[in-house]
Amino acid sequence: MGDRTILHSDMNCFYASVEILHDPNLRGKPVAVGGDVEARHGIVMTASYEAKKFGVKTGMALWQAKQLCPDIVFVSPHMDRYFRFSRMAREIYSEYTDLQEPYGIDESWLDITDSVSIKGDGLKVATEISSRIKKELGITVSIGVSFNKIFAKLGSDYKKPDAITTMYRDEYKTKAWPLKASDLLYVGRSTNAKLKRVGINTIGDIANAREEFMVDRLGKMGSILWGFANGYDDTPVRAQESSAPIKSIGNSVTSPRDLINDTDVKIVLYILSESVAARLREHGFRCRVIEIWIRDNDLFSFTRQHKIKNATNITGEIADEAFRIFKTHYRWDKPIRSVGVRGADLVNDSYWEQLDLFTSYEYRQKCMKLDASLDDLRKRFGFYCVQRGLMYIDRGLSDVNAKEDHTVHPLGYFR
Amino acid sequence: MESVKVYVDVKAKFSKDGRLIPLSITWTDGSEYKIDRIKDVCRAASLRAGGAGIRYTCMIYGKESYLYYEDNNLWFVERKQA
Repeated sequence: MGDRTILHSDMNCFYASVEILHDPNLRGKPVAVGGDVEARHGIVMTASYEAKKFGVKTGMALWQAKQLCPDIVFVSPHMDRYFRFSRMAREIYSEYTDLQEPYGIDESWLDITDSVSIKGDGLKVATEISSRIKKELGITVSIGVSFNKIFAKLGSDYKKPDAITTMYRDEYKTKAWPLKASDLLYVGRSTNAKLKRVGINTIGDIANAREEFMVDRLGKMGSILWGFANGYDDTPVRAQESSAPIKSIGNSVTSPRDLINDTDVKIVLYILSESVAARLREHGFRCRVIEIWIRDNDLFSFTRQHKIKNATNITGEIADEAFRIFKTHYRWDKPIRSVGVRGADLVNDSYWEQLDLFTSYEYRQKCMKLDASLDDLRKRFGFYCVQRGLMYIDRGLSDVNAKEDHTVHPLGYFR
Repeated sequence: MESVKVYVDVKAKFSKDGRLIPLSITWTDGSEYKIDRIKDVCRAASLRAGGAGIRYTCMIYGKESYLYYEDNNLWFVERKQA
C-alpha cells in the first residue's frame, strides 16, 4: 500500500479571528476572547497574535492578561458564531473527503488519499482549502500535509498563521526532528521533564533513542511516542459524523453568596442544568454521562460523574441526576462557593440505543416536547419569561447569571 | 464612525429549483432599489463590513454592489464610504 495523504487544518486563533472578522475595528489590535468581561472574572479562551506577542496565553486570568498587555481588548465569546464557522469550514473540507476527523472545534484531520487523483496532490488541495477559507470565511488556517496524522499536525503547528507546511517522508528528518520534544502530541509537561532528565530534547532524540529505553522510562507511552517520532503512526482518520465534534458541554458558576443547604445547591444545579440541557438540544446532542463539580469556601474542589441509562438532553433528568450525585457525595462539612454541571460522552441525534421495559418512553417523549416548547418560548420572549417554581425560593440565588462558561475540549487521540 | 455593515430589508423569491434570489433591497431611508441583474453568487466573507455568508454580486442602477446573506438569515450590504 502506498503512502496516505493526510492534512491537518488548524484555524488560527479561531475565536479571536472570528470576533475580529465581525468587528473590523478590532483588526490589528491585541484582542482576547474570554470569560465575563463585565464581571471581571474568567479566563482567556483565545488571544490574537497581537496579544500573544505580549505573552498573553490561553487559560490565563483576564487580569493577568491585562497586566501583560494594558491595551488589550476583551471580547465576550459568541459560541453560536464559532459553531457556525466551524460548520462552514467542515462543509469546505467535505468537498475533498468524507474522512474528516475534528479535533476540537477549530482543527480537523482530513484523509484525502482517495481524492488525490481527482483533486490534485496534498499540497495543491491544501492550497485550495486555505484560499477558500480565507475568501469564504474571512479567517486564516495553517495546514500540515503528511503521510500520517502526527506529522500532519506537526506541520500545521510548524508555521503560523496562514501557512502550509509539508512533512513528507523525505522531509520529516530535516523538518520534524529538530523540533522540541514537547511539540509532539502527548508530550506534556511531566513527560517532557522526564525526557529532559535523560538528555532527550528534540523529536529527533526520541526517534533515535532505542525503543526499549523509551519504554523503560515512560512505560507503554514511551513506545507510542517513539513510533510517533519515527513516522510509524498509522491511526486512521475517523469518518465524518461518527462522533460529536466536542466532548462535553458544561457550565459552572460562583454564586453571589455561599451555599449552605441542599435547597441552595438544588436551585443552582437547576439553573446550570437548564443551560447545559438547552445547549445540548441546540446543538443536537444528548449526553450519557453527567458530572458535577463542587468547590467549597476553602477553594477545595472535586468532581464526581455518573453514567446514566439513557442518553438525554432533558433538563429535568440532568438536574435530578446532578442533585442525586451531589447528595451521595457531599457531607456538608463546609459551605459551598462554586458549582458546575457538565454533560459528557455526547452522542448526536442519529444515535440509537436499546429500549428497556421499565422506562416510560411516552413520559420521556412528553418531557422532550415540554423542553422544546420552553426553548421556543424563551427564544421568543427571553429566558425569564417562564421559570421553575424552585427559582422563587431565593431570587438572590436564582438570578445568578448562568453566563455560558463554555468549554470545548478536543476528543482524545486514542479511542 | 458609522458601521460599514448595514442590515437591510430584502424582497426575494425562491425559484422552483430551490434557489434564493434577491429582487430588491430597501435602504435605511426607506427607498427601495431594484436589483437588475445578479452577476455572481458565491460564499464569501466581507472583511470590510465584518461577516460571512452567501455573496450576491448585484447590478443596481448600473452599479455593482455586494449583498450578503448570513447564516443567521439576515441580509447585509457594505456601506459606501464618502
